[in-house]
Amino acid sequence: MSDRWIGKSVKRVEDFRLLTGRGTYIDDHPPVANVHQAAIVRSRYAHGRILRYDVSKALAAEGVVAVITGEDVAKETKPFGVGVTAPVHYYCAATDKVRFVGEPVAVVVARDRYLAEDAAELVDVEIEPLPVVIDVEKALEPGAPVLHEKVGTNLAGHRRLVYGDPDRAFREAEVVLRERFRFPKYGSTPIETYGIIARWELDGVCTVWSNFMGPFIMHPLTARVLGLPENKLRFIVPPDIGGSFGIKSSIYPYIALIALAAKHAGVPVKWIEDRREHLLASSSGTDRVAYREVAAMKDGTVLGMRYKWLDNVGGYIRSPEPGCSFRPTGNFVGPYNFQHLEVDASVVMTNKSLTGPNRGYACGHLYFETEGMMDRLAAKLGLDPVEIRRRNLLQPDQFPYRTPTGGYYDSGDYPAALDKAVRIAKYDDLRREQAKARAEGRWVGIGVALAVDPSVSNMGYVATALDPQFRAKPEYLPKSGAVDSATVKVDPLGRVTAILGTTPQGQGHQTIVAQIVADELGLTPDDVTVVDEMDTFTRVWSISSGTYSSRFGSVGTSAVALAARKLRAKLVEYAAHLMERPASDVEFRDGAVRPRTGKGPSYSVKDLAGRAHWNTESLPDGMEPGLQATAVFGFTVAKAVDAEDRVNSSNTYGFIAEVMAVEVDRQTAAIKILKYVTVHDAGTIINPMIAEGQIYGGALHGLGGALYEELKYDDDGQLLTGTFMDYLVPTASEAPAEIEIDHVVSPSPLTPLGSKGLGESSSMTVPAVIANAVSDALVPLGLRITELPMTPSGLWELIRSAQRRP
Amino acid sequence: MKPPKFEYHAPSTLDEVIALLVRYDGDAKVLAGGQSLVPLLNFRLARPAALVDLNRIKSLAYIQEHDGHVRFGAMTRQRTIEFSPVVARRLPLLREATRWVGHLPIRSRGTIGGSIAHADPSAEYPAVLTALGGEVVARGPKGERTLPPADLFETYLTTTLAADEVLTEVRLPAMPEGAGWAFEEFARRRGDFAIVGVAAAVWRDGSRVTARLATAGVGPVPTRLRACEEIVERDGLTDAAIDAAARRASELVEPDADIHASADYRRHLAGVLTARALTRARETARG
Repeated sequence: MSDRWIGKSVKRVEDFRLLTGRGTYIDDHPPVANVHQAAIVRSRYAHGRILRYDVSKALAAEGVVAVITGEDVAKETKPFGVGVTAPVHYYCAATDKVRFVGEPVAVVVARDRYLAEDAAELVDVEIEPLPVVIDVEKALEPGAPVLHEKVGTNLAGHRRLVYGDPDRAFREAEVVLRERFRFPKYGSTPIETYGIIARWELDGVCTVWSNFMGPFIMHPLTARVLGLPENKLRFIVPPDIGGSFGIKSSIYPYIALIALAAKHAGVPVKWIEDRREHLLASSSGTDRVAYREVAAMKDGTVLGMRYKWLDNVGGYIRSPEPGCSFRPTGNFVGPYNFQHLEVDASVVMTNKSLTGPNRGYACGHLYFETEGMMDRLAAKLGLDPVEIRRRNLLQPDQFPYRTPTGGYYDSGDYPAALDKAVRIAKYDDLRREQAKARAEGRWVGIGVALAVDPSVSNMGYVATALDPQFRAKPEYLPKSGAVDSATVKVDPLGRVTAILGTTPQGQGHQTIVAQIVADELGLTPDDVTVVDEMDTFTRVWSISSGTYSSRFGSVGTSAVALAARKLRAKLVEYAAHLMERPASDVEFRDGAVRPRTGKGPSYSVKDLAGRAHWNTESLPDGMEPGLQATAVFGFTVAKAVDAEDRVNSSNTYGFIAEVMAVEVDRQTAAIKILKYVTVHDAGTIINPMIAEGQIYGGALHGLGGALYEELKYDDDGQLLTGTFMDYLVPTASEAPAEIEIDHVVSPSPLTPLGSKGLGESSSMTVPAVIANAVSDALVPLGLRITELPMTPSGLWELIRSAQRRP
Repeated sequence: MKPPKFEYHAPSTLDEVIALLVRYDGDAKVLAGGQSLVPLLNFRLARPAALVDLNRIKSLAYIQEHDGHVRFGAMTRQRTIEFSPVVARRLPLLREATRWVGHLPIRSRGTIGGSIAHADPSAEYPAVLTALGGEVVARGPKGERTLPPADLFETYLTTTLAADEVLTEVRLPAMPEGAGWAFEEFARRRGDFAIVGVAAAVWRDGSRVTARLATAGVGPVPTRLRACEEIVERDGLTDAAIDAAARRASELVEPDADIHASADYRRHLAGVLTARALTRARETARG
C-alpha cells in the first residue's frame, strides 16, 4: 500500500477534548446518585503501635455517615498477597501498627469532602510511638527497629543470582573497579491523582470506577481481599486518565479500602486523593544503595560484573515489588556482551512510604550504576567513553540475542544507534570545545549513556524473587505471559469501531489504533472510532492486561492489527463468495476486495458491510454472521523463570544511545545542559510525533530524578518534601533548550507491525547521562558523581570538600 | 486539602475592614491575592474564624507618582506593576524583581501589599522595599502610621502590624535618572522562592556614588547590606570594590539551612549574587 497511515505524525484525536478541558477523568464521572465523599485519616507517626480508636466524636459530626478503622479492615478483609515468602501482612489500612507516615488508619464518609475532612480531625487514634529506621543499611543492622515482628527482620527478601562464572571472571580480570552508588526515591506526580468511586449493587456486585491502569492481576488480588468472587467485582475505567507513569498501578489497596467504606456507609463513596496525600502515600520508585564491581581486561573488554543492591520498599512490600530488583532480570547486562554476572539483591523494609513501578521501573537505577562503571573503567584505562562502549557492545549479527540472564533481545543494531548519536552530537567537536573550555578554567563535561529499553513485562519475572527450591515444589504454579486483546467491528454502513481493553493515560491509543485499522482496512483514521473505557465485565482481559511497561506500542498494537487482519480475511472470503471465485483469486486492495488479476466487480468495505448485515442469507455456508473480529495476542517468548533464574523478563527490547554536554557554574554549581542528543530504536514507529512526545516526557522525568525530585525523610520518618514547594518537578523552564531526537529502526520480528514499546524511554538514561557528564566536567577536581539528585547546594558542598583536599 | 469552616466578608470600604478586624479581635485574616493564604487555609495551617477580602475595595489599587516617590495601593497586582510605564521609568529595579515573582497566574492575582504583609523573607518585594528604603502605610482603628521596613519585618512570616491593622499603601522612592539596577536571584527552578536574592541599585552624582543593596532568602527578614553599600560608595564601582563588597556580604548575612540549601551555600551565594548584581547595576547605570 503506497499511502500508509503508519509512520505519519497524525494529529492526536484526544487532544481537542483534553486541551479544551473536556476530557472525562474520574472526578468528572457522571453523577452517581447519593454519592458521599471520603477523607482518609493517616498516621502522623512513622512507626508505632495502635492502642485504641475513638471515633465517637467523628461519628457525631455534621454530615458523617460512617467511620471505618483498622479494626474493621482486620475483621472484614484479608491481607494482600505479596511477592515474597516472608510473612508480611499488608492490609489496605494499618491494623496493628503504623509503619510509615501517611499510612491510612481510618476512613470518614460524609456528605461532602469539607465535612469529611472536618470529621477526620476528630478521629482519635492513640498510637504508641516506636523507634524509626529509614535507611536501608541501618535497617539491616543488629538491633535495628523491626517493622514486622512476624518476619523478625526488615529483610523482606533476598536473592543471590549467579550467571556464568563471575568468580572466575574476577580472578582472571586485569582490572577490577568498585563503587558505591545511591539512587533517590522519587515518583511521577501525574497531574491527576488517584480517584475512586465504589458502589455496592443489590445483587452483591461491587462496582468500582477508578483511574486504575492495570496490571489486572490486581483485580483478582483485590477481589480476594474483599472476599468477593471475581465476577462480583467490577472495575470500570473512565475514558481519560491524567497520567500515571506506573504510579497508578498502586491504587488497588485504596480500591479495597474505599469499597469497604462504601459497604459500611451503605451509600456510594467517592475519594479523590489530594496532592498532599499523593506525595505522602501513593507510590514511588525505591531508593537504593548499590555496590558495583566490574572485572575487565586492559583492552577494555568487560568480563563480568557484580551488583549488590539494597532496595528500600518502605513499610510493607506491596506487589508488584520486588520488581524493583527483578523486573530488568533479562536485561541486567544491558547492551553489553559480558557473560558473567552476580546479583545480590536485598529488598528492605523501612519506615518510608511504599514503592512500586515508576517509569522505567528499576532501569533508571540499573543504568545509572552500569553506565557510571563504564565511564570509570574508561578513565582507568585511558579510553574514550564512546570507545569503551563500542568494544563491549553486542553486534548486529548476534541478534536475536539470548542474554546470560535469560533475556531474548529480539532485534537491534546498537553500534549504528551509538554512531548516530555520536554523529548528531558532533562528539569530536564537543571534545575539542571541552578542551578549550577547560583551558579557560570552565567546568564543561560530556556524558554518554546507553540502555536496552525493555517493553511489555513478562508477568513471569516476579517469580525470580522466589528461591528455585520453592519454585520446584509440586504445589508451585509457574507464571508467564503478556497478553492484550482488541475487537474490530464494521457497522452496517461500513464504518469501523475498535474496542480496546487498555487503560490509556494520555498516550494516544485512539489515534494510534485508528492509524493501524485504517491501514489494514484501507480506510482513513477518521473512519475509525476507538473505544477505551475498560470494564472487567464486558471486555476481554487477562491478568497481564493494562497499560504499563510500554505495552501498547508492542502488544496492544499487535492485538489491534491481528483483529483487523482477521476481519479483513473474513471480508475477502465473503466477497469471493459473492464473486463466485475462489478466495485465492481475490485480494484486499485500496479499500475493496478485488480480483487479483483482470477485470471484474469489486466490493468495498461499505458495500460488503451492508450486504452482510442486511442479508445474512448472502453469507457462505458455515460463515459466522456479523462483521467483527476479536484477537488476543500473546508473546510466545514470555516463559516462566527457569531453574537457573533465567527469565525473559520483557518481550520486546529497544535501545537508547545518548550524548549530553553540560557546564557546571563555577560559582553556583548550577548545571546547564549545553547539548542533549537521544537516539532510539523502538522498531517500527507508528506515529513519530507521539514517539517524540514520549521521549521528551521521559527525558524530563529523568531530569527530575537527576536534579530535582526526591521524597526526602528526616530521621523521625517525617516527609520533608510533602508539597510542590519542596518536591520540585522540572517544568518547561527547566527543560533543555533543545532535545535532538533521532531513530534507528530495527523492526521486531515478534510483533505483526515490527513495533516495540517506547514509553519509558529516556527516563532510564537521563540520570546516567547527566551524572556522567557532570562527572566528566569535574575531572579537574577528581570528583565523580555517586549520588542523585545533584542539587546545586549538594554539588557545591561536594566541590568545596574536593577543593579542600590536599 | 479543604479548609475548615470560616466566615467570609467582602466589604467595600476600609472602615468596614477595620471594624471587622476589631470585631474578630485577631481571629480574622485579610485576603488580598490569596496566593499564600489560600494554600495555608487548604493545608489547615491557617484556621482563621473569618476572612476579610480586600478585593472589592477599588480604591486600594493604584500607582501614583508623588513628591519623588511612587505610591502603590496595597491591592495593586504584580502583573500591573510588571507592565506599568511609571514603574518602568521610576523603579526599574521593582520591574525586574517582579519578573522573578512566581509565574504568570501568580502575578496576575498576587498583590504588592499581600507579598509584603506576608513577610516571606525569600520573596522579592520585601527585598526591594528594604533596598530602596521605602515605607508602608498601615491603617488601624486609631488611624494611619507609616513604617520603614526595619520596623515592619519581625521574623519569618511575621510583621509588627497589629491584628486590627491593614497594610494600605507601599511607598518607594523613585530611583534617580540614570540609576543602574539589578535583581539577581538563584532558585532551584524558575519561579521558585529564592534560595538567595540580591536587589541592587547604584547611581552617581558627580563623583559621589550611592548604592542600595538588600538580600532575600538569607535570614528571617530581608537584610539591607549597608556595610557593602559603604564599600562601593567609598571606593567607587571598581572591580576590586565590588569583590570586597561581595566578600563583606558573605560575612554579613546569617542564613539558615533548609532542605534546598545549606547555610554555607547560602552565605556563599550571597557573595556571588552581590557581585553579579553590582556588576550588572554598574552596566545599566548612566552618567
